[in-house]
Parts: sequence; C-alpha cells; structure tokens
Amino acid sequence: MASRSRLLALTLAGFVVAATAGCAPQDEEPTPTVTAAGSCTKDSLPTRTPGKLTIATDQPAYEPWFRQDKPDNGEGFEAAVAYAVAEKLGYARADVTWTRVKFDTAIAPGPKSFDFDINQFSITEERKQAVDFSAPYYLVRQTVIALKSSKIAGKTSLADLRNARLGAQVGTTSYQAITDVVKPTTKPQVYNSNDDAKKALQNGQIDGLVVDLPTAFYITGTEITDAMVIGQVPQVGVPEAFGLLLDKNSPLTSCVSTAVGQLSEAGALGELERKWLAQVAGATELR
Amino acid sequence: MTLLEHTPSEAQLRRSAYRRRQTVYSVLVAASSTAALGTLLVVAVTGAPGWDRVRQSFLDPEIARDALPAVLTGLWLNVRLLVCCAAGALLLGLVIAVLRTLRGPIFFPVRALAAGYTYTFRGLPLIIVLYLLTLGVPGLRLQGMPPVLVLGGLALVLTYGGYLAEVFRAGIESVHPSQLAAARSLGLTYRQTMRHIVLPQAVRRVAPPLLNDVVALQKDVGLVSLAGPIDAVRAAQIATAQSFNYTPYVVAGVLFVLLAIPLIAVTDWVTLRSARRQSGG
Repeated sequence: MASRSRLLALTLAGFVVAATAGCAPQDEEPTPTVTAAGSCTKDSLPTRTPGKLTIATDQPAYEPWFRQDKPDNGEGFEAAVAYAVAEKLGYARADVTWTRVKFDTAIAPGPKSFDFDINQFSITEERKQAVDFSAPYYLVRQTVIALKSSKIAGKTSLADLRNARLGAQVGTTSYQAITDVVKPTTKPQVYNSNDDAKKALQNGQIDGLVVDLPTAFYITGTEITDAMVIGQVPQVGVPEAFGLLLDKNSPLTSCVSTAVGQLSEAGALGELERKWLAQVAGATELR
Repeated sequence: MTLLEHTPSEAQLRRSAYRRRQTVYSVLVAASSTAALGTLLVVAVTGAPGWDRVRQSFLDPEIARDALPAVLTGLWLNVRLLVCCAAGALLLGLVIAVLRTLRGPIFFPVRALAAGYTYTFRGLPLIIVLYLLTLGVPGLRLQGMPPVLVLGGLALVLTYGGYLAEVFRAGIESVHPSQLAAARSLGLTYRQTMRHIVLPQAVRRVAPPLLNDVVALQKDVGLVSLAGPIDAVRAAQIATAQSFNYTPYVVAGVLFVLLAIPLIAVTDWVTLRSARRQSGG
C-alpha cells in the first residue's frame, strides 16, 4: 500500500513538473532588416570625408591581423582585407586613412568616427541591434595549439594528431573539430571553460588544445608563451563569422557588403587568409 | 487418535467472506480513483498549451536515440568510478571513525587529527577539492603523477570519507557501554572488542545512512568531468550543445534514476529489517 501511494506521488510530481513547464509559451518575432541600395563608386559614396575612406581598428592591433601595430603598411590579414575592400570600392591606397577606436566603443550604439571598422568583430544578432555588419570576410577556423615540448609540436598533418590526447571546451565548435575532423584514437578531454583547458595543457594532461584561431594566437602570444600554434583544422560545424562593422543604418553598408561578397567569391579573401594566417603567422593548414 | 478435520464455523465463514469482499472493494476503489486522476492529469498535461513544445524540447525520441550511446558510455565511467570511490570512501570513513573513538590520553593527537580531517572535508565544497586535486596538483609537475581519473576519485574519496566517518562514529558511539563492559569482562582485548562486538553492531545500525551517502556519491562522481573525462552528464551536455534540445539531459537523468533504484531499494530493505529487529526482534 505504501509503495503504491509513493508511486502515485512520483507520477503526480512528474506530471506537475511537465504541466508547469508546458504552460505559457511565448513567440519571438524576427525583426525585418532594411537594406539601402545605391551606386557603389568613389564619387557617389557618402563617406565621412568625401573621396577618402576612413577605416578604424583597435590600438594596439595584434598579429596576425596587423603587423607591428601599423595598419597602414597593409600587412597582416585584416589590414590586407581592408585595403582589398577599399580597392574594390575604387579607393587607392592614398585615399585610405586609418583611425583608432576601442573595440567596445565601436560596438556600442551611437555615431561613429569611421566609415567601417575591421577588428575581428563576430557577427551576432545582439550586435546587429546596435550596429551594421558587412557580409563576412572571414569564417573562424579551429586551430590546434600545443606546448613546444609536446609530442605533437611541429606536426603538419591531421594524421599526426590521431594518437594525441586533445582537449576542448564543452559545447563548442572546437570540440566538434576533434570528434568530426581529427577523430583521434584517444577520447578527447572536455572542460567547462578554456581556462581549465589551458591549465590542463600547461600541466601536460593533454597534448593539444583546440580553440578558434583568434584565441589560439592570443593564448600563444600572451598567455602561454611556451605554447605554439600547430595548425588550422578544416572548417567544421557552424563557424563564427567576422564582418566589417559600420554605423547602424549606414548608407555604406550595402556597398561594402557587396564588395566583400565579390572578393570572397573571387577567392581573393581565401588567398589573403592562406598568405597571412597560414604562411606568415604559421597556422599551417592541417590536412 | 484421529485428527478431526477443521470446519470453520458459520460466523467464521461470514467473516472471511466479508473480508474478501472488502479487499476486492478497496482494490476496485483504488484502481478507479487512480484511473480517474491519471486520465485527468494526462488530459491536463497533453491538452495544455505548449505541450507540443515540451515534448519537442525534452522528449524527442529521435534525439534521445542519437544521444543514448554516448550517454551510456559516459554512464559506464560513472559506474566504475562509483564502485571504486564507494569502496574507498567506506574504508577511509571506517578507519577515521575508529581513530576518532580510540581511548586514552596517548592517542589525543590521533583523535585530533581525525577530527580535524572530518571537519575540514565535510566543510570544503567538493568542487574546490576536485579543482585543487585534478588541475592544481598536476601543475606541480611532480614525478609519478597519477592520471586525472585517479586524482578525481581521490577527491571524492576524501570528501565522502569525511561524511561516512561521522556516520560510522555515530554507530560506534550508539553501542551501549554495557556491551563493552561485558566484552571486557569476558577477557577480550580492546581490539577484539571493537572487531567482534562493537563494529558489527555499529555498522548494522548505521547501514541506512551509509547507503544514503553512497546514493549521494553516485550523483557526485560525475563532477570529475570538470577535469576532462566525459561522464554521462557531460555526454548529455555535448549532445545538447549540438542539437539545442534538452532531451539528452532527460535521458541521462532517467538513467541515473534507474541506476539509483537498486541502491535505494537495498537501503529501504535494510532500514525496514533493522527497524523490525529493534522493535520486535
């Protein structure tokens, strides 16, 4: 008798939980996006200074995106992309002026002191409420990093990583890159945060850590200096996308977007990626 | 001497018939009221606005099927860890409890150490112990560092050893002093008294709370996953992150409950048995 009533109580509790969870659904409506169309030539583009293109980035600007913190030398992936977009819009190198804007300032709502900003801005829905983005100029790749003393240091192919013990943060594309692309024989290690994963890497509990490429350069450049970038893994999952940032409802958005799209289709962006990220910065393409 | 066949009296027959009727009647009432309430609940839940979403989000059979192998693999790790950690923690708890109940002034430092241990590890959050042992200690880069699972298991054994030590101590101290006196009068040494008289009674008495702590441990072994290994909950988390659907968590939850049922059943049975012994035995 006692057990029967307990069973009943349990089922009751289950139903109550399910019922309360099932109540009051709410729908969210998508916000419509407005795109302005116009002719995209140097003479007709309403830039801040007519005939000039003002491009912003952060100070300091880091490798591999810029080199020696000098955006106007056109070296580094983002500097090269910026000049390529300018050229596509009909601006010569001399017509491009650089300005420095803090990342957080650029992303906040409010008037902007630049035509567009290039600073590893991930395109997200929240940010689109406050600013405009161009079409993506870079899809973030997953990258393996390891200690210089690790057994996988200096390896150049995916096959070399098969027997490595790799780690990643839970629920990330990085973890997917391990399971779907590298497919190591040892079970991957999963961590709650990249901080735990970095600690495990330093402790030697894992041979390699998979993070996205910007994070990889940040970690190896400033946080764990005795770690190195092993290489980039082929694209997997739904990658983060970097876009050029413009003022909300900027008249330039559609033109800049079109320019980026054309460069992307022509393979020019891929070429810049290979040159500045894989060759110059050393994030080898693992195959 | 021939055995007379027992024939129940008229009144006895009436009584037993009445009892049978009453039993049938009460079963029927119970069944119909359960059916009525069950129907009401099913209609209320499945008819509620948003039930479809609940089903999609928590009870998607396809996602459950996809997630099950990974979650089961993870659960196997939980089970192995549970067995090792439960054995370790029970042993450690017993040793600490015995050390805490030693008599005589010479053993004061031992008693103090054992008491300090239980105070510390019952007070320390398990997460802290786990982080210190699984990610902190390997950072020392010492020779012969055990793998992360061993360190994680050690953290669980240390923490739960503290709880179990107190349970054992309560059991040891609940054995009546007359038992000790009787044992000593028979000429048993302190060690023999503990071994043959006190501990058997103590363990029997505290079996329910001990098993209760083991059930709690079963849920906490999964926390080792914060140091890298993939347990059932972590596997569910990974599956959820891929599908944005919470069904894998429900799958893992159901498996944990199924895993706990035998332990809980044993606990109930032991409790019942000891209660019967104490009251009527």
